[in-house]
Amino acid sequence: MSKPDFVPKTVYVIYIAASAEQVWTALTSAEFTRQYFFGRSLEMEAKVGGTFILRMPDGRVDVQGNVAEYDPPRRLSVTWRVMWNEDMRKLPECLVTYQIDPLGDAVRLTMTEAHQWDVPDQILAGGRQGWPVILSSLKSLLETGKPIVIKMEPPKDMLEAIKKRS
Amino acid sequence: MDKPVFVYVTYIATTPEKLWQALTDGAFTQQYWAGIRLDSTWAPGASVTFRMGDEIYNTGAVLAYEPHRRLSYSWKVEIHEVFRRERPSRVTFEIEPMGSEVKLTMTHDDFDPDSKVLGAVSNGWPMVLASLKSFLEIGHGLAVSSPEAAKRTKEKVIADAQATAS
Repeated sequence: MSKPDFVPKTVYVIYIAASAEQVWTALTSAEFTRQYFFGRSLEMEAKVGGTFILRMPDGRVDVQGNVAEYDPPRRLSVTWRVMWNEDMRKLPECLVTYQIDPLGDAVRLTMTEAHQWDVPDQILAGGRQGWPVILSSLKSLLETGKPIVIKMEPPKDMLEAIKKRS
Repeated sequence: MDKPVFVYVTYIATTPEKLWQALTDGAFTQQYWAGIRLDSTWAPGASVTFRMGDEIYNTGAVLAYEPHRRLSYSWKVEIHEVFRRERPSRVTFEIEPMGSEVKLTMTHDDFDPDSKVLGAVSNGWPMVLASLKSFLEIGHGLAVSSPEAAKRTKEKVIADAQATAS
C-alpha cells in the first residue's frame, strides 16, 4: 500500500553497529521499545493493514495506527495518530517509515515522518525533539546493552498550536 | 525563503569533558572521523586544519571556543575545485549535560547560495556523529566512517557535486 499524499517533513538518519535483523527486532518488539521509546510498549499485528499501538507504562494508548508496509528486515511503514491528548487525536494521521540499509558492519536507519497536510513547525517540533532521543537510545541499547534515559516534556508551543487548531 | 541549514541532534552516554576532547583533539578525531586528524591551537581566529594522511581535506578558523559547551569554526572544503570556489560555511557544536547523558547539537549553516558543500555534508554528518557516539560509548568508531570508506565516499561526493554544478 503506497501513500502518495504524505509529504516527508522530518527525516532522521542514524548508523548503528548491528545487523538489519537486530534493528528490525528492536523496532518491532515491546521488549525493546519499552527500553528506548520513552517506556512505550509496542503492540503490532505483523501484516499490512494490521494494528499498530504504542502503549504508555500506565496503560494508556499513546500512538495508534495501521501497518502500511511490512517488509522485514528492511522497511516498516505505519500510519500514526497521537492519542494521549484530546486535541492531538483530532489531527490528521501521519505516516512513519523506518528504512534499514545494511552497510558493512553497520546499518543505516532512516526514519521519515510524513504528513498529508501543511503542518505548522510548532507541531512538527514534537517529533523533531523526540526522534533524536528515541533513535540515539535505540543505537545505545543495541551497541552497549543500555538505553539513553532522558526525561522530556512535549514542547509548550506545540501543545498551544494544537489547541488553537482544534 | 529560509536560509539552508543542516542540524543534527544526538544524545551520548558520556561527559561534556570527554565529548569536548573527542571534538577538539586530533588524536581522537582520527579514531571516529574517517581517519581525519584535526589540528588547531584553538586560540580565537586560529586556523583549523583537517588532514587525512598528508592530504588537506578542510580548512577553517576558530569562531568560538568555550570548553565543554560550545565550539564553532568556519568550514572550507579543499578536496576539489567544485567545493573550493565556495566561501567558507560555519559549523557549531553545542554541548548540554542532561542527567547522566549529554545532548550534542551540530549546526552547519552560512552556506553560499546553491552550495554543493551543503549536499555533501548532509550525508556525511549523520555518519560522523553516529561514529563519534559509538567511539565514546563502546571505544571505537564505525567502519562506515573509516578512512577506507571515506576514500570511496570522497570520489562519490565530488562526482555528485560536479553533476549538479552549473
